[in-house]
Amino acid sequence: MSKKDYFNPDDLKKFGDITEFQEKMGQKFFTWYNEVFKEGALTVREKNLIALAVAHVVQCPYCIDAYTTASIQSGCDEEQMMEAVHVGAAIKGGATLAFSVQMMNHTKEMLGD
Amino acid sequence: MGIKQQSKSLLSLGSELADPDYQLQVINGQTTQKTYVKFEKNLAQSGHYPLSVKRLEIFQINLGRLCNQSCAHCHVDAGPDRREIMTKENLEICLEILRKHPSFHTVDLTGGAPEMNPHFKWFVESCAELGKKIMVRSNLTIILSNPKYHYLPAFFAQHQVEVISSLPFYSAKRTDKQRGEGVFEDSIKAIELLNQQGYGLSESGLILNLVYNPAGAFLPGNQSALEAEFKRQLARRHEIQFNHLFAITNLPINRFLDYLLTRDKYEFYMEQLLEAYNPGTLDGLMCRYMVSVSWDGYLYDCDFNQMLALKVACTSQHISHFNESELLNRAIVLGQHCYGCTAGAGSSCGGNIA
Repeated sequence: MSKKDYFNPDDLKKFGDITEFQEKMGQKFFTWYNEVFKEGALTVREKNLIALAVAHVVQCPYCIDAYTTASIQSGCDEEQMMEAVHVGAAIKGGATLAFSVQMMNHTKEMLGD
Repeated sequence: MGIKQQSKSLLSLGSELADPDYQLQVINGQTTQKTYVKFEKNLAQSGHYPLSVKRLEIFQINLGRLCNQSCAHCHVDAGPDRREIMTKENLEICLEILRKHPSFHTVDLTGGAPEMNPHFKWFVESCAELGKKIMVRSNLTIILSNPKYHYLPAFFAQHQVEVISSLPFYSAKRTDKQRGEGVFEDSIKAIELLNQQGYGLSESGLILNLVYNPAGAFLPGNQSALEAEFKRQLARRHEIQFNHLFAITNLPINRFLDYLLTRDKYEFYMEQLLEAYNPGTLDGLMCRYMVSVSWDGYLYDCDFNQMLALKVACTSQHISHFNESELLNRAIVLGQHCYGCTAGAGSSCGGNIA
Protein backbone atom coordinates (compact mmCIF):
# COMPACT_ATOMS: atom_id res chain seq x y z
CA MET A 1 0.00 0.00 0.00
CA SER A 2 1.32 3.44 -0.93
CA LYS A 3 0.71 6.60 1.09
CA LYS A 4 -1.85 7.81 -1.43
CA ASP A 5 -4.06 4.89 -0.40
CA TYR A 6 -4.23 5.88 3.28
CA PHE A 7 -7.58 7.53 2.67
CA ASN A 8 -9.29 5.69 -0.13
CA PRO A 9 -12.95 6.82 -0.39
CA ASP A 10 -13.93 3.30 -1.48
CA ASP A 11 -12.76 1.99 1.91
CA LEU A 12 -15.83 3.62 3.46
CA LYS A 13 -17.93 0.90 1.85
CA LYS A 14 -15.84 -1.67 3.76
CA PHE A 15 -16.61 -0.17 7.15
CA GLY A 16 -19.11 -2.96 7.84
CA ASP A 17 -16.30 -5.50 7.38
CA ILE A 18 -14.70 -4.61 10.72
CA THR A 19 -16.71 -7.50 12.17
CA GLU A 20 -14.42 -9.86 10.24
CA PHE A 21 -11.72 -9.61 12.90
CA GLN A 22 -13.98 -9.18 15.95
CA GLU A 23 -17.57 -10.05 15.22
CA LYS A 24 -19.18 -9.67 18.64
CA MET A 25 -17.81 -6.22 19.40
CA GLY A 26 -18.32 -5.10 15.82
CA GLN A 27 -21.97 -6.16 15.83
CA LYS A 28 -22.57 -4.41 19.15
CA PHE A 29 -20.96 -1.26 17.80
CA PHE A 30 -23.19 -1.23 14.69
CA THR A 31 -26.33 -1.92 16.72
CA TRP A 32 -25.48 0.98 18.99
CA TYR A 33 -24.43 3.20 16.07
CA ASN A 34 -27.69 2.59 14.21
CA GLU A 35 -29.69 3.32 17.35
CA VAL A 36 -27.83 6.59 17.88
CA PHE A 37 -28.73 7.88 14.42
CA LYS A 38 -32.43 7.05 14.58
CA GLU A 39 -34.98 9.83 14.95
CA GLY A 40 -35.31 10.57 18.68
CA ALA A 41 -35.42 13.70 20.78
CA LEU A 42 -33.20 15.05 18.01
CA THR A 43 -34.17 14.73 14.35
CA VAL A 44 -32.03 12.72 11.93
CA ARG A 45 -31.14 16.00 10.25
CA GLU A 46 -29.90 17.52 13.51
CA LYS A 47 -27.88 14.39 14.29
CA ASN A 48 -26.32 14.51 10.83
CA LEU A 49 -25.22 18.12 11.40
CA ILE A 50 -23.70 17.23 14.78
CA ALA A 51 -21.91 14.28 13.18
CA LEU A 52 -20.64 16.54 10.40
CA ALA A 53 -19.20 18.99 12.91
CA VAL A 54 -17.59 16.22 14.95
CA ALA A 55 -16.23 14.61 11.77
CA HIS A 56 -14.31 17.81 11.09
CA VAL A 57 -13.08 18.13 14.66
CA VAL A 58 -11.74 14.56 14.68
CA GLN A 59 -10.55 15.11 11.08
CA CYS A 60 -11.99 11.88 9.75
CA PRO A 61 -12.21 12.09 5.92
CA TYR A 62 -14.53 9.07 5.73
CA CYS A 63 -16.88 10.65 8.25
CA ILE A 64 -16.77 14.01 6.43
CA ASP A 65 -17.77 12.29 3.16
CA ALA A 66 -20.47 10.22 4.88
CA TYR A 67 -22.04 13.06 6.86
CA THR A 68 -21.82 15.61 4.06
CA THR A 69 -23.89 13.15 2.00
CA ALA A 70 -26.23 12.43 4.90
CA SER A 71 -26.67 16.14 5.68
CA ILE A 72 -27.55 16.96 2.07
CA GLN A 73 -29.90 13.99 1.83
CA SER A 74 -31.71 15.02 4.98
CA GLY A 75 -32.34 18.53 3.65
CA CYS A 76 -29.49 20.70 4.96
CA ASP A 77 -28.26 23.56 2.83
CA GLU A 78 -24.68 24.72 2.36
CA GLU A 79 -24.98 27.51 4.93
CA GLN A 80 -26.23 25.16 7.65
CA MET A 81 -23.42 22.68 7.00
CA MET A 82 -20.75 25.39 7.14
CA GLU A 83 -22.26 26.81 10.33
CA ALA A 84 -22.07 23.35 11.88
CA VAL A 85 -18.38 23.11 10.96
CA HIS A 86 -17.84 26.56 12.49
CA VAL A 87 -19.44 25.36 15.72
CA GLY A 88 -17.01 22.44 15.78
CA ALA A 89 -14.09 24.71 14.95
CA ALA A 90 -15.13 27.25 17.59
CA ILE A 91 -15.21 24.58 20.28
CA LYS A 92 -11.87 23.21 19.16
CA GLY A 93 -10.36 26.72 18.99
CA GLY A 94 -12.00 27.67 22.26
CA ALA A 95 -10.66 24.56 23.92
CA THR A 96 -7.14 25.53 22.87
CA LEU A 97 -7.58 29.07 24.10
CA ALA A 98 -9.13 27.85 27.37
CA PHE A 99 -5.81 26.17 28.14
CA SER A 100 -4.20 29.60 27.94
CA VAL A 101 -5.61 30.20 31.39
CA GLN A 102 -3.20 27.53 32.61
CA MET A 103 -0.40 29.33 30.75
CA MET A 104 -1.43 32.62 32.33
CA ASN A 105 -1.65 31.09 35.80
CA HIS A 106 1.78 29.56 35.42
CA THR A 107 3.25 32.79 34.05
CA LYS A 108 1.83 34.85 36.88
CA GLU A 109 3.13 32.37 39.41
CA MET A 110 6.61 32.42 37.85
CA LEU A 111 6.78 36.16 37.60
CA GLY A 112 5.29 36.73 41.05
CA ASP A 113 2.15 38.72 40.02
CA MET B 1 -37.38 38.71 -13.06
CA GLY B 2 -37.07 36.50 -16.14
CA ILE B 3 -35.58 33.06 -16.25
CA LYS B 4 -32.15 32.35 -17.63
CA GLN B 5 -32.30 28.89 -19.19
CA GLN B 6 -30.13 26.34 -17.39
CA SER B 7 -29.52 24.18 -20.47
CA LYS B 8 -30.85 23.30 -23.89
CA SER B 9 -32.73 20.20 -24.89
CA LEU B 10 -30.65 17.21 -25.90
CA LEU B 11 -32.55 17.33 -29.18
CA SER B 12 -31.48 20.87 -30.01
CA LEU B 13 -27.91 20.10 -28.95
CA GLY B 14 -27.85 17.18 -31.37
CA SER B 15 -26.91 14.78 -28.55
CA GLU B 16 -27.06 11.09 -29.36
CA LEU B 17 -28.96 10.73 -26.07
CA ALA B 18 -31.92 12.46 -27.77
CA ASP B 19 -32.51 9.07 -29.38
CA PRO B 20 -34.42 6.81 -26.91
CA ASP B 21 -32.89 3.72 -28.52
CA TYR B 22 -29.42 4.98 -27.68
CA GLN B 23 -30.47 5.72 -24.11
CA LEU B 24 -31.73 2.15 -23.81
CA GLN B 25 -28.42 0.85 -25.10
CA VAL B 26 -26.63 2.84 -22.38
CA ILE B 27 -28.83 1.77 -19.48
CA ASN B 28 -28.92 -1.83 -20.68
CA GLY B 29 -25.12 -1.91 -20.70
CA GLN B 30 -24.70 -2.25 -24.46
CA THR B 31 -22.28 0.68 -24.66
CA THR B 32 -19.07 0.91 -22.68
CA GLN B 33 -20.79 1.02 -19.31
CA LYS B 34 -20.62 -1.72 -16.72
CA THR B 35 -23.64 -4.05 -16.65
CA TYR B 36 -25.86 -4.62 -13.64
CA VAL B 37 -28.23 -7.33 -12.46
CA LYS B 38 -31.32 -7.19 -14.67
CA PHE B 39 -34.30 -5.56 -12.97
CA GLU B 40 -36.47 -8.44 -14.16
CA LYS B 41 -34.21 -10.91 -12.34
CA ASN B 42 -34.68 -9.10 -9.05
CA LEU B 43 -38.45 -9.05 -9.63
CA ALA B 44 -38.47 -12.77 -10.36
CA GLN B 45 -36.63 -13.46 -7.10
CA SER B 46 -39.40 -11.75 -5.16
CA GLY B 47 -42.14 -13.43 -7.20
CA HIS B 48 -43.27 -10.29 -9.01
CA TYR B 49 -42.28 -11.13 -12.58
CA PRO B 50 -43.98 -10.40 -14.90
CA LEU B 51 -45.16 -7.21 -13.22
CA SER B 52 -48.93 -6.97 -13.49
CA VAL B 53 -51.43 -4.11 -13.45
CA LYS B 54 -53.62 -3.82 -10.34
CA ARG B 55 -56.15 -1.18 -11.36
CA LEU B 56 -56.60 1.56 -13.95
CA GLU B 57 -57.04 4.63 -11.75
CA ILE B 58 -54.85 7.40 -13.09
CA PHE B 59 -54.97 8.66 -16.65
CA GLN B 60 -51.79 10.64 -17.16
CA ILE B 61 -51.48 12.83 -20.23
CA ASN B 62 -48.38 14.57 -21.48
CA LEU B 63 -49.86 17.67 -23.10
CA GLY B 64 -46.62 18.49 -24.85
CA ARG B 65 -42.90 18.91 -24.46
CA LEU B 66 -42.97 22.68 -24.81
CA CYS B 67 -41.85 24.38 -21.60
CA ASN B 68 -40.73 27.83 -20.49
CA GLN B 69 -37.84 26.22 -18.58
CA SER B 70 -34.95 23.93 -19.53
CA CYS B 71 -34.05 22.23 -16.28
CA ALA B 72 -30.74 20.43 -16.01
CA HIS B 73 -32.28 17.14 -14.87
CA CYS B 74 -35.45 17.14 -16.97
CA HIS B 75 -36.51 13.57 -17.73
CA VAL B 76 -38.74 14.81 -20.56
CA ASP B 77 -36.00 16.82 -22.29
CA ALA B 78 -38.56 19.61 -22.44
CA GLY B 79 -37.83 23.25 -23.23
CA PRO B 80 -38.82 26.36 -25.16
CA ASP B 81 -37.40 24.82 -28.33
CA ARG B 82 -39.66 21.75 -28.24
CA ARG B 83 -42.69 21.86 -30.50
CA GLU B 84 -44.51 18.59 -29.69
CA ILE B 85 -48.02 19.50 -28.49
CA MET B 86 -51.12 17.31 -28.10
CA THR B 87 -53.84 18.23 -30.62
CA LYS B 88 -57.45 18.96 -29.75
CA GLU B 89 -58.46 15.84 -31.70
CA ASN B 90 -56.36 13.66 -29.41
CA LEU B 91 -57.61 15.51 -26.33
CA GLU B 92 -61.17 14.82 -27.42
CA ILE B 93 -60.34 11.11 -27.68
CA CYS B 94 -58.87 11.28 -24.17
CA LEU B 95 -62.09 12.86 -22.89
CA GLU B 96 -64.12 10.10 -24.50
CA ILE B 97 -61.97 7.47 -22.80
CA LEU B 98 -62.37 9.24 -19.45
CA ARG B 99 -66.13 9.41 -19.99
CA LYS B 100 -66.43 5.71 -20.81
CA HIS B 101 -64.08 4.38 -18.13
CA PRO B 102 -65.10 5.53 -14.64
CA SER B 103 -62.28 3.55 -13.01
CA PHE B 104 -60.03 6.45 -14.06
CA HIS B 105 -60.89 8.73 -11.16
CA THR B 106 -57.89 10.99 -11.68
CA VAL B 107 -56.50 12.90 -14.67
CA ASP B 108 -52.82 13.75 -14.25
CA LEU B 109 -51.72 16.52 -16.63
CA THR B 110 -48.04 16.91 -17.28
CA GLY B 111 -45.61 18.25 -19.89
CA GLY B 112 -43.36 20.28 -20.52
CA ALA B 113 -45.51 22.98 -19.10
CA PRO B 114 -49.01 21.56 -19.63
CA GLU B 115 -50.50 25.04 -19.36
CA MET B 116 -48.75 25.97 -22.63
CA ASN B 117 -50.98 23.63 -24.60
CA PRO B 118 -53.46 25.98 -26.33
CA HIS B 119 -56.35 23.68 -25.37
CA PHE B 120 -55.36 23.38 -21.71
CA LYS B 121 -58.15 25.56 -20.26
CA TRP B 122 -60.89 23.86 -22.26
CA PHE B 123 -59.56 20.42 -21.40
CA VAL B 124 -59.41 21.09 -17.65
CA GLU B 125 -62.96 22.47 -17.73
CA SER B 126 -64.11 19.39 -19.65
CA CYS B 127 -62.45 16.99 -17.18
CA ALA B 128 -64.04 18.92 -14.30
CA GLU B 129 -67.45 18.51 -15.93
CA LEU B 130 -66.83 14.75 -15.92
CA GLY B 131 -66.25 14.92 -12.18
CA LYS B 132 -62.67 13.72 -12.39
CA LYS B 133 -60.02 14.69 -9.92
CA ILE B 134 -57.52 16.83 -11.84
CA MET B 135 -53.83 17.06 -11.04
CA VAL B 136 -51.63 19.55 -12.89
CA ARG B 137 -47.86 19.24 -12.74
CA SER B 138 -47.12 22.94 -12.89
CA ASN B 139 -43.59 24.31 -12.86
CA LEU B 140 -44.93 27.42 -11.03
CA THR B 141 -42.92 29.95 -13.06
CA ILE B 142 -45.32 29.57 -15.98
CA ILE B 143 -47.85 31.58 -13.96
CA LEU B 144 -45.58 34.64 -14.04
CA SER B 145 -43.98 34.03 -17.43
CA ASN B 146 -46.60 35.88 -19.46
CA PRO B 147 -49.77 37.87 -18.57
CA LYS B 148 -51.82 35.32 -20.48
CA TYR B 149 -51.05 32.79 -17.71
CA HIS B 150 -51.93 35.07 -14.78
CA TYR B 151 -55.41 33.52 -14.70
CA LEU B 152 -54.04 30.16 -13.58
CA PRO B 153 -54.18 30.39 -9.74
CA ALA B 154 -57.87 31.43 -9.73
CA PHE B 155 -58.67 28.94 -12.50
CA PHE B 156 -57.02 26.09 -10.60
CA ALA B 157 -58.97 27.03 -7.47
CA GLN B 158 -62.26 27.25 -9.38
CA HIS B 159 -61.88 23.66 -10.59
CA GLN B 160 -60.32 22.29 -7.38
CA VAL B 161 -57.22 21.30 -9.36
CA GLU B 162 -54.48 19.67 -7.29
CA VAL B 163 -51.26 21.50 -8.12
CA ILE B 164 -48.03 19.52 -7.98
CA SER B 165 -44.91 21.58 -8.46
CA SER B 166 -41.20 20.94 -8.52
CA LEU B 167 -39.15 22.94 -6.07
CA PRO B 168 -35.81 21.16 -5.79
CA PHE B 169 -34.79 23.09 -2.70
CA TYR B 170 -35.80 25.81 -0.27
CA SER B 171 -32.87 28.01 -1.28
CA ALA B 172 -32.34 29.92 -4.52
CA LYS B 173 -28.79 28.69 -5.02
CA ARG B 174 -29.59 25.00 -5.32
CA THR B 175 -32.93 25.48 -7.09
CA ASP B 176 -31.57 27.84 -9.74
CA LYS B 177 -28.58 25.61 -10.37
CA GLN B 178 -30.95 22.85 -11.45
CA ARG B 179 -33.79 24.82 -12.99
CA GLY B 180 -32.29 28.10 -14.21
CA GLU B 181 -31.40 31.48 -12.74
CA GLY B 182 -34.47 33.31 -11.51
CA VAL B 183 -36.62 30.18 -11.16
CA PHE B 184 -36.59 30.19 -7.36
CA GLU B 185 -37.67 33.82 -7.06
CA ASP B 186 -40.53 33.33 -9.55
CA SER B 187 -41.52 30.04 -7.92
CA ILE B 188 -41.85 31.74 -4.53
CA LYS B 189 -43.98 34.50 -6.07
CA ALA B 190 -46.19 31.88 -7.75
CA ILE B 191 -46.64 30.00 -4.46
CA GLU B 192 -47.63 33.32 -2.82
CA LEU B 193 -50.30 33.75 -5.51
CA LEU B 194 -51.51 30.17 -4.96
CA ASN B 195 -51.54 30.71 -1.19
CA GLN B 196 -53.69 33.81 -1.74
CA GLN B 197 -56.25 31.54 -3.44
CA GLY B 198 -56.15 29.20 -0.45
CA TYR B 199 -53.72 26.65 -1.87
CA GLY B 200 -51.56 24.96 0.71
CA LEU B 201 -53.70 26.16 3.61
CA SER B 202 -55.00 23.23 5.59
CA GLU B 203 -58.61 24.41 5.91
CA SER B 204 -59.17 25.32 2.23
CA GLY B 205 -59.19 21.87 0.65
CA LEU B 206 -57.03 23.27 -2.18
CA ILE B 207 -53.95 21.10 -2.46
CA LEU B 208 -50.48 22.35 -3.36
CA ASN B 209 -47.86 19.63 -3.16
CA LEU B 210 -44.19 20.25 -3.86
CA VAL B 211 -41.76 17.85 -5.44
CA TYR B 212 -38.19 17.51 -4.26
CA ASN B 213 -35.61 15.74 -6.36
CA PRO B 214 -31.92 15.56 -5.50
CA ALA B 215 -29.66 18.16 -7.10
CA GLY B 216 -26.96 15.60 -7.86
CA ALA B 217 -26.05 11.93 -8.09
CA PHE B 218 -27.54 10.90 -4.77
CA LEU B 219 -30.81 9.46 -3.52
CA PRO B 220 -33.38 11.51 -1.62
CA GLY B 221 -33.45 11.31 2.16
CA ASN B 222 -36.43 10.66 4.38
CA GLN B 223 -39.50 12.28 2.81
CA SER B 224 -41.25 13.35 5.99
CA ALA B 225 -38.04 14.86 7.40
CA LEU B 226 -37.46 16.77 4.16
CA GLU B 227 -41.06 17.96 4.20
CA ALA B 228 -40.68 19.25 7.76
CA GLU B 229 -37.51 21.14 6.88
CA PHE B 230 -39.00 22.60 3.68
CA LYS B 231 -42.06 23.77 5.61
CA ARG B 232 -39.94 25.32 8.34
CA GLN B 233 -37.59 27.11 5.98
CA LEU B 234 -40.17 28.31 3.44
CA ALA B 235 -42.40 29.63 6.21
CA ARG B 236 -39.47 31.28 8.00
CA ARG B 237 -37.86 32.82 4.94
CA HIS B 238 -40.85 33.54 2.67
CA GLU B 239 -44.02 33.03 4.74
CA ILE B 240 -45.42 30.57 2.21
CA GLN B 241 -47.22 27.27 2.78
CA PHE B 242 -47.81 23.98 1.01
CA ASN B 243 -49.45 20.65 1.85
CA HIS B 244 -46.98 17.85 1.27
CA LEU B 245 -43.53 17.31 -0.17
CA PHE B 246 -42.99 14.37 -2.53
CA ALA B 247 -39.38 13.13 -2.57
CA ILE B 248 -38.70 11.72 -6.02
CA THR B 249 -35.63 9.84 -7.18
CA ASN B 250 -33.99 10.99 -10.41
CA LEU B 251 -34.19 8.23 -13.01
CA PRO B 252 -31.16 7.73 -15.23
CA ILE B 253 -32.81 8.89 -18.44
CA ASN B 254 -32.68 11.94 -20.73
CA ARG B 255 -30.92 15.00 -19.24
CA PHE B 256 -30.17 13.36 -15.90
CA LEU B 257 -28.52 10.49 -17.77
CA ASP B 258 -26.53 13.07 -19.72
CA TYR B 259 -25.56 14.70 -16.40
CA LEU B 260 -24.37 11.36 -15.00
CA LEU B 261 -22.41 10.39 -18.12
CA THR B 262 -20.71 13.75 -18.65
CA ARG B 263 -19.58 13.83 -15.01
CA ASP B 264 -18.53 10.20 -14.97
CA LYS B 265 -21.06 9.45 -12.20
CA TYR B 266 -23.25 6.92 -14.02
CA GLU B 267 -21.75 3.81 -12.41
CA PHE B 268 -21.67 5.44 -8.98
CA TYR B 269 -25.37 6.31 -9.31
CA MET B 270 -26.49 2.94 -10.65
CA GLU B 271 -24.65 1.22 -7.79
CA GLN B 272 -26.57 3.36 -5.31
CA LEU B 273 -29.88 2.48 -6.99
CA LEU B 274 -29.10 -1.24 -6.96
CA GLU B 275 -27.84 -1.23 -3.37
CA ALA B 276 -31.06 0.50 -2.31
CA TYR B 277 -33.36 -1.89 -4.24
CA ASN B 278 -36.40 -2.49 -2.01
CA PRO B 279 -38.95 -5.18 -2.98
CA GLY B 280 -41.31 -3.53 -0.48
CA THR B 281 -41.96 -0.83 -3.07
CA LEU B 282 -43.29 -3.21 -5.74
CA ASP B 283 -46.93 -3.26 -4.66
CA GLY B 284 -47.20 0.51 -4.83
CA LEU B 285 -45.38 1.20 -8.10
CA MET B 286 -47.33 3.82 -10.02
CA CYS B 287 -47.16 1.86 -13.29
CA ARG B 288 -49.51 -0.69 -11.73
CA TYR B 289 -52.32 1.86 -11.38
CA MET B 290 -52.06 4.06 -14.46
CA VAL B 291 -51.56 4.58 -18.14
CA SER B 292 -49.46 7.40 -19.52
CA VAL B 293 -50.45 9.04 -22.80
CA SER B 294 -47.87 10.82 -24.94
CA TRP B 295 -48.51 14.09 -26.78
CA ASP B 296 -49.19 12.09 -29.96
CA GLY B 297 -51.64 9.71 -28.29
CA TYR B 298 -49.58 6.59 -27.69
CA LEU B 299 -49.95 4.59 -24.49
CA TYR B 300 -47.19 3.78 -22.01
CA ASP B 301 -46.91 2.19 -18.58
CA CYS B 302 -45.43 5.37 -17.07
CA ASP B 303 -43.94 8.73 -17.89
CA PHE B 304 -40.42 7.26 -17.95
CA ASN B 305 -41.27 4.45 -20.38
CA GLN B 306 -42.87 7.16 -22.50
CA MET B 307 -39.57 9.03 -22.67
CA LEU B 308 -37.77 5.84 -23.63
CA ALA B 309 -40.39 5.11 -26.34
CA LEU B 310 -41.34 1.81 -24.64
CA LYS B 311 -45.02 1.49 -25.53
CA VAL B 312 -47.44 -0.74 -23.59
CA ALA B 313 -47.17 -4.44 -24.37
CA CYS B 314 -50.61 -4.61 -26.00
CA THR B 315 -51.90 -4.83 -29.54
CA SER B 316 -53.74 -1.54 -29.00
CA GLN B 317 -51.05 1.02 -28.27
CA HIS B 318 -52.86 4.22 -29.20
CA ILE B 319 -55.77 6.11 -27.63
CA SER B 320 -57.68 5.72 -30.88
CA HIS B 321 -57.79 1.94 -30.19
CA PHE B 322 -58.15 2.10 -26.41
CA ASN B 323 -58.84 -1.35 -24.97
CA GLU B 324 -59.40 -1.41 -21.21
CA SER B 325 -59.35 -5.17 -20.91
CA GLU B 326 -56.02 -5.47 -22.71
CA LEU B 327 -54.51 -2.71 -20.63
CA LEU B 328 -55.67 -4.31 -17.39
CA ASN B 329 -54.12 -7.63 -18.34
CA ARG B 330 -50.86 -6.30 -19.75
CA ALA B 331 -47.41 -7.08 -18.40
CA ILE B 332 -45.58 -3.86 -17.58
CA VAL B 333 -42.56 -3.17 -19.76
CA LEU B 334 -39.45 -3.11 -17.58
CA GLY B 335 -35.88 -1.91 -17.86
CA GLN B 336 -32.86 -0.96 -15.80
CA HIS B 337 -34.28 2.54 -15.30
CA CYS B 338 -37.00 0.92 -13.12
CA TYR B 339 -34.42 0.67 -10.32
CA GLY B 340 -35.08 4.40 -9.87
CA CYS B 341 -38.63 3.72 -8.65
CA THR B 342 -37.68 0.85 -6.33
CA ALA B 343 -34.74 2.44 -4.47
CA GLY B 344 -35.05 3.05 -0.76
CA ALA B 345 -38.56 4.18 0.16
CA GLY B 346 -39.47 4.03 -3.52
CA SER B 347 -40.41 6.81 -5.90
CA SER B 348 -43.56 7.65 -7.74
CA CYS B 349 -45.36 10.72 -9.03
CA GLY B 350 -46.68 10.93 -5.47
CA GLY B 351 -43.29 10.54 -3.80
CA ASN B 352 -42.37 7.68 -1.46
CA ILE B 353 -44.12 4.31 -1.84
CA ALA B 354 -42.91 2.09 1.00
